[in-house]
Amino acid sequence: MKPAPFDYVRAESVHHAVRLLAENKDGARIIAGGQSLMTAMNFRMSSPALLVDIGELEHLRDITLTADARLRIGALTRHADLDASPDIAAHTPLLRKAIRHVAHTAIRNRGTFGGSLSHADPASELPACVMALDATIHIVGPDGDRVVPARHFFTGVHETALGAGEVLVAVELDVIKADEVSGFGEFARRQGDYAMVGLAAHGRIAAGLLTAVDLAFFAVGSTPILARRAAAALVDPATPDPAQRLQRAREALSLDLDPPDDPQSSAAMRMELARVLLGRVVGDMLARGAGA
Amino acid sequence: MTTMATTISVNGTSVTRQVEPRTNLVDFLRGELGLTGTHVGCEHGVCGACTVLMDGATVRGCLILAVQASGRDVLTIEGLSEPGHRITKALQEAFVLRNALQCGFCTPGILVTATELLTQDPAPSRELIREAISGHYCRCTGYHAIVDAVQQAADVLAATQGPA
Repeated sequence: MKPAPFDYVRAESVHHAVRLLAENKDGARIIAGGQSLMTAMNFRMSSPALLVDIGELEHLRDITLTADARLRIGALTRHADLDASPDIAAHTPLLRKAIRHVAHTAIRNRGTFGGSLSHADPASELPACVMALDATIHIVGPDGDRVVPARHFFTGVHETALGAGEVLVAVELDVIKADEVSGFGEFARRQGDYAMVGLAAHGRIAAGLLTAVDLAFFAVGSTPILARRAAAALVDPATPDPAQRLQRAREALSLDLDPPDDPQSSAAMRMELARVLLGRVVGDMLARGAGA
Repeated sequence: MTTMATTISVNGTSVTRQVEPRTNLVDFLRGELGLTGTHVGCEHGVCGACTVLMDGATVRGCLILAVQASGRDVLTIEGLSEPGHRITKALQEAFVLRNALQCGFCTPGILVTATELLTQDPAPSRELIREAISGHYCRCTGYHAIVDAVQQAADVLAATQGPA
């Protein structure tokens, strides 16, 4: 279908965008790459009166190392940029692993990091990644700047901590350390399709065992979910055998996750896929060892 | 109805039209310019029929507004079919030879994506070709012939590569 009519303004700065949002209250929406919003508008699931295009604010596309050894990724960094950036590959390989699972090349050429996070689709990869990495979300709004931990950012299906008139401008995360390792996997019916179940993981390894790990499952609930009990089983010092740890973690997963039924896959199938994925991703992390 | 002056370089020629902001790029190309080689399929980014090159990279014509493409360079299958686009020409010839199309609805989009692929990687594996075209639906061929054709085009291009 075609979208309902709307007005369109190219924002000249973030503050210009914030002002336009304030002046137009409920009727305005930010567009950047538009790869999710245009779809919603073509289906008329979203019919904003005004689109505020921040897509030309090139300074929001930078990837920089900050003085305190964090990586700052501008909201307009395109998925294709994440894929191609040597800084991403070296400092946060989880994003590199995840990005190839996001849709297809033509979508990745337009879709943006900030857009994906703001859209907060429960089945999308990047929200789970920023939760696994304990990233921070940097926001500009009518009352100034603020920072929200990624783990508090996603509040529901397509719902986030972004308030009215606020714009997500950047994500910051710690660069990977020598003893850390990340892993990623998902099950989708077709290459590039939405995940039925996915897992973004980041942890620390010593002597062939995980000593810390964060497991962010996606497409199993209304937001990405940190599987805390499974993670605790994977690093339990009382269980020295990694295979036994994994077995306990798989069992614990039913306490962490309560996936929904939908026409694509039943709750029981999603739960089983989550257990299989846990085994594969953790196995991959242990096999590759630290620093990857 | 609000309209906006929108100037886009299409196939090397700068064109300006007054369009509604809601006009997407593929409707601009087809409706305003009569360039009907780019097809409209699902209108939500899944089928790939509307794929064109913008500033050298593939984009979905249904998921970008014409006003967003203002100031950009767009290449459609019509432009890519002009002399000088040797990768697209080799792909078109290979698609004919390998029977890689039947109804042809998906073909322009796949040719644009395959052009991008062979521009970036002159010798892709069959797996990479499959991954590259995974964003395109073809209901006629079953894809095998398309993969064959892209591979054959890559082989032909490699064999006819003149000195740089």
